[in-house]
Amino acid sequence: MKHVISALVQNQPGVLSHISGMFSARGFNIDSLVVGRTEDPSLSRMTIAVLGDDRVLEQAVKQLAKLVCVVDVTDYKDVPCVNRDLMMVRVAAPESTRGRVLELVNLFRGRAVDISHDSIIVELAGPESKIEAFIEMTRPYGIIELARTGILSMPRGLHRPKTHESSAAAKSKAKRARRSPAKRRIKKTARRR
Amino acid sequence: MGLVGLNGAQMLHQLLLDQGVEVMFGFPGGTVLPIFDALYETPIHFVLSRHEQGAIHMADGYARSTGRVGVVLATSGPGATNLVTGLATANMDSVPLVAITGQVRSSLMGNDAFQEADTRGITRPVTKHNSLVADVADLGRVIREAFYIARTGRPGPVLVDITVDAAAAVVGAPPDLEMDLPGYDPAIRINPAEISAAADAINAARRPVLMAGGGVIQARASKALGRLIVKADIPVTTTLMGLGSIDEQDRLALGMLGMHGTATANYAVQECDCLISIGARFDDRVTGRLETFAPHAKIVHVDIDPTSIGKNVSVDVGVLGDAKDVVNRLLPKIRKTTRRAWPKKIRDWRARHPLTYKRSGSIKPQEVIARLGELTDHDAIVATGVGQHQMWAAQYYRWRRPRQIVTSGGLGTMGFGVPAAIGAAIGNPRRTVIDIDGDGSFAMTMVEVLTAVRYDVPVKFIVLNNGYLGMVRQWQELFFDRRYSSVTTASPSFAGVAEAFGARGITVDSRRHLDGALRDALAHKGPVVVDVHVEAEENVYPMVAAGKGLHEMQLGKLA
Repeated sequence: MKHVISALVQNQPGVLSHISGMFSARGFNIDSLVVGRTEDPSLSRMTIAVLGDDRVLEQAVKQLAKLVCVVDVTDYKDVPCVNRDLMMVRVAAPESTRGRVLELVNLFRGRAVDISHDSIIVELAGPESKIEAFIEMTRPYGIIELARTGILSMPRGLHRPKTHESSAAAKSKAKRARRSPAKRRIKKTARRR
Repeated sequence: MGLVGLNGAQMLHQLLLDQGVEVMFGFPGGTVLPIFDALYETPIHFVLSRHEQGAIHMADGYARSTGRVGVVLATSGPGATNLVTGLATANMDSVPLVAITGQVRSSLMGNDAFQEADTRGITRPVTKHNSLVADVADLGRVIREAFYIARTGRPGPVLVDITVDAAAAVVGAPPDLEMDLPGYDPAIRINPAEISAAADAINAARRPVLMAGGGVIQARASKALGRLIVKADIPVTTTLMGLGSIDEQDRLALGMLGMHGTATANYAVQECDCLISIGARFDDRVTGRLETFAPHAKIVHVDIDPTSIGKNVSVDVGVLGDAKDVVNRLLPKIRKTTRRAWPKKIRDWRARHPLTYKRSGSIKPQEVIARLGELTDHDAIVATGVGQHQMWAAQYYRWRRPRQIVTSGGLGTMGFGVPAAIGAAIGNPRRTVIDIDGDGSFAMTMVEVLTAVRYDVPVKFIVLNNGYLGMVRQWQELFFDRRYSSVTTASPSFAGVAEAFGARGITVDSRRHLDGALRDALAHKGPVVVDVHVEAEENVYPMVAAGKGLHEMQLGKLA
């Protein structure tokens, strides 16, 4: 079973290897892992899709939270979320089949972002099932190259789980906010919510 | 404290002094030259080992026996990689250490420079945390964070890797010393609902057993625990790491449990209706086969580390918190109880299956340890290596107080005993410190006897020499049809080695001379190695074979 965990981590060198190392050492199976900056330059968000039962999920969340570089962990089990995966795929599209491929692209609300004599690059975002379906449908035409981001996830507005942010995290966040004007914005957006 | 104008190395020493560091263990090298230069004029006592592994085990023995943070210093590359076993040892047993390593010049990092290793990458899985300091401006903050992380929460080793240029750089502006640890908060607010649930389970129990682990010792919870067990009349078993959390001469003490635990402790756990684990993590050496572990028991698990709760054993009541805080919160909610049937059952087990061994003409390793216990009033600090002698020490010394045993429980690091005993003795100059070792373990790190001689550290190294890697031989005997594959040691005369090293050496090969030799060694003012030739094929019993339940233990061929 696949679970999505979201972790807010300190944006420092070595953090990614720290987290991926912990996962591999403890035998947790990562399906996908996405890292990117957040609104706060000192923090990154990792969205990790883990395969395993509830017990595995519980351990993974606890072990993550234990790492000093991890500020906050939320697991999205039983939380309605918007899940998105972004794919770029190069599909064979000589003139003879190009029309049919483009029709599929339109049906899936994707975009052709590059075109050459015999292929096109399609950009498609959406829930995993949609991505999988598109791959299935275009396979007969010939998939030449494929790249995906893995799952990004955000809980729906009415269902935001309470984060178990430690008081140390809150304190440190306040401290950072005091220090730089750029970071003060976070507090504002937080208030707007 | 004026730090401006100092170089990184001088500032490091100032920071260490601020942390209360009195002793450091280590070994020099190229990238730590600035740090050693600054060491030249600080009051910190530096202990130069013969190998970095020795240094870190010394820091570990110092930390375990004193409860303070052990500090070790090593150079980059091989210096750092030689620390790895020591870091893993400390990490498994939650020992607070700060390891400081040199790193090559920051402009060279990643270029396979001379004596370069990816120290952070290598040590990441065996430390509680690690950091790189490549800019002297970060040094103050990182060192403070390192000590804070090492000693708080579930303690553990923290490594700080400092580039040689950061150590040499002069501090220009007043450095920011404020810790920035948004992801680390060791303060646990104990959940009152968990306390109530635990108290209810304990009050409802008719055959309770309390299992005390290393967390009881780390949290200095031993006294509070004593009040709890007396009030609720609960017998106590300890894990290897928990030995000393209760005086083993107490009527409620069951001794150690697990693979080589006492029959009484193992039977009690298998028959109890409530098992209260405090500061233990249900290691496989403790539980035996998980499916049959404590089958009738409601399990209450008190731990400071949320990852421990529910990891190996599913628990009925989990209580997150520091052992002492939890016990103190539990105390008023526990009903005063006097039991009859359960203590009687335990007395019966104890009478029927005492720890014992068959005496013979040759020297039995168990009797050496029992005798050492008597001669030192069961009050010495005892370090061990790993193997049969370690288990016999755990079984026969009869522990009385916390921080008495210094042993590698989780990782099982052979060679730990010699340096750990030296570290413990340096931290406890007024106590008798013994290393109960095996001939296999002793030979791994005996070079550190040189360190004991150099600093005149009066450790009594007692080598139970059976000519075998005894625990491996025991397993080969029992499970591999006595095919003794690569388990003989072919040791030199350890007494001769000791004398050549400048220590005192004593060889004992007959029972008649045992007592005199032990008395002699204990009375000797300096380091002494006693090479005791013991029965070669003695086995450790009781024994729960791998994959068996605790109740399936073999009691052995007893007299």
